[in-house]
Amino acid sequence: MFARVLLKRHSVLPGFDLALGMAVTYLSLIVLIPLSAAFLKTFALTWSQFLDAVATPRVIASYQLTFGASLLAALVNAIFGLIMAWVLVRYPFPGKRIVDALVDLPFALPTAVAGISLTAIYAQNGWIGRWLPFKVSFTPIGVWVALVFIGLPFVVRTVQPVIEDLNHELEEAAATLGADRWQTFSRIVFPILTPALLTGFAMAFARAIGEYGSVIFIAGNIPMVSEITPLLIITKLEQYDIAGATAIAVVMLVTSFFLLLLINLLQAWSRRRQGGL
Amino acid sequence: MSLSIESVSMHQGGLVPALMRRSTTEPIWVQRTLIGISWVFMTVFLLVPLASVFVEAFAKGWALALEAITEPDALAAVRLTLLAAAISVPLNLVFGVAAAWVIAKFDFHGKSVLLTLIDLPFSVSPVIAGLIFVLVFGLQGWLGEWLVAHDVRVIFAVPGIVMATIFITFPFIARELIPLMQVQGIEQEEAARVLGANGWQVFWRVTLPNIRWALLYGVILCNARAMGEFGAVSVVSGHIRGQTNTMPLHIEIAYNEYQFVAAFAVASLLAALALVSLLAKYLVEQRVKREMQAR
Repeated sequence: MFARVLLKRHSVLPGFDLALGMAVTYLSLIVLIPLSAAFLKTFALTWSQFLDAVATPRVIASYQLTFGASLLAALVNAIFGLIMAWVLVRYPFPGKRIVDALVDLPFALPTAVAGISLTAIYAQNGWIGRWLPFKVSFTPIGVWVALVFIGLPFVVRTVQPVIEDLNHELEEAAATLGADRWQTFSRIVFPILTPALLTGFAMAFARAIGEYGSVIFIAGNIPMVSEITPLLIITKLEQYDIAGATAIAVVMLVTSFFLLLLINLLQAWSRRRQGGL
Repeated sequence: MSLSIESVSMHQGGLVPALMRRSTTEPIWVQRTLIGISWVFMTVFLLVPLASVFVEAFAKGWALALEAITEPDALAAVRLTLLAAAISVPLNLVFGVAAAWVIAKFDFHGKSVLLTLIDLPFSVSPVIAGLIFVLVFGLQGWLGEWLVAHDVRVIFAVPGIVMATIFITFPFIARELIPLMQVQGIEQEEAARVLGANGWQVFWRVTLPNIRWALLYGVILCNARAMGEFGAVSVVSGHIRGQTNTMPLHIEIAYNEYQFVAAFAVASLLAALALVSLLAKYLVEQRVKREMQAR
């Protein structure tokens, strides 16, 4: 019964203690305790041991690839995601329902399946790869292609509802006051979409950093060239360097938590902005 | 979906509809260009990869593809994948509903912390999700010695695979339910209480019917992800053929051994599952839309 003291307001609804207890226990067993193991394991290292694990040239090259390709992929997703969300809400066109349903494919398709099919079609004899003048599979560009694929739904699905809720009267008012369509879009519509767009961008970026399954097939995994950080963790594990693997994992976890915080702030901003209209 | 109906109808029945439309929508060539860009982007990044899975699977004929799916190792992988999903989805269902109930129906201190913690697995790399279970249950892990002494295998065995899957899929159901339950509020439940219903009656007869479609959708998503999880499972599985290989891991091994038909045949099963999930999602959304309109 003691959990009731957490309540800000008395409630006649039942099950607070039971449901909170269940949720917190489960969360602790499955998420919190195992995650804390990563931090405790790393705290056992000395500072120089830690640096030796997380700052060798090979590891740094993997950060550059992971963060660089993720950033570029998220940028492309932001641009094309905005266009797709706009098209899906505003224009009628044949096949619209199919496009709308298929946008979620990267959420539903297992990453290993995406990985092998992207590798096959972007290989030099593949459906798309044969038409390109440069190599995609087994290069950093391949990493980028895979990350664009898995990040695609995030921007579309965060921006789409905001466009749906856009108040038409704002655009009508701007038009009445003499703004042309581009002015209306860039000065009225786009600022309203910005928080959602940034949220979707940050989500796609965060997902891309940790992505493993779709990338390792197409990347070729050449050390210093096309080796992503999550793969390096697995490589270290296979060499029984558990402490080294964990130290890199902690660097990535801290980055992810920071991004999560940023996403939460962006979403709060987005809600305030929408609430104010 | 507060796409305000008044403004749309006003828009259509306005005094100067043609003029109004011209100034509040884009020229037709801009529309066509944007639609074209969307289609090209979709085709290159989604449709072609999806189609290639099926084409590659059946490139050498149906018989070979069928053989690749029904060989013993592949069947063992299918069984293990089904088992892992059959354990992790119901557990996540129960705890997802509990978490959503607490967050959506009560106002309490620490609510936003709980909400963030539920989302945490979304922002953790699958590889790290696998690694942390190695740190707890592996040979050098916290419980390693105890587990060896009692001859219990977690890592490189089914329990580890199930736990990693649960970690990855934990947020899906709760995430699907929370926004809906927050919008629905607590008036109906309070009314039921006042009329004398007990706790379980309130849940089964009032709350559950209200959330059943979102719940179904959450289960579908959770299941799709559980069956397709690769990174986390890869770390804890040990890749023992016929024993600890799930379908995605089986695909990886076949692919790395250049057995492309075998890899794509099993991949086509998972791709079909993904398509069924998307279809189910679409149907559920239509259903919810109709129910909202009927109200």
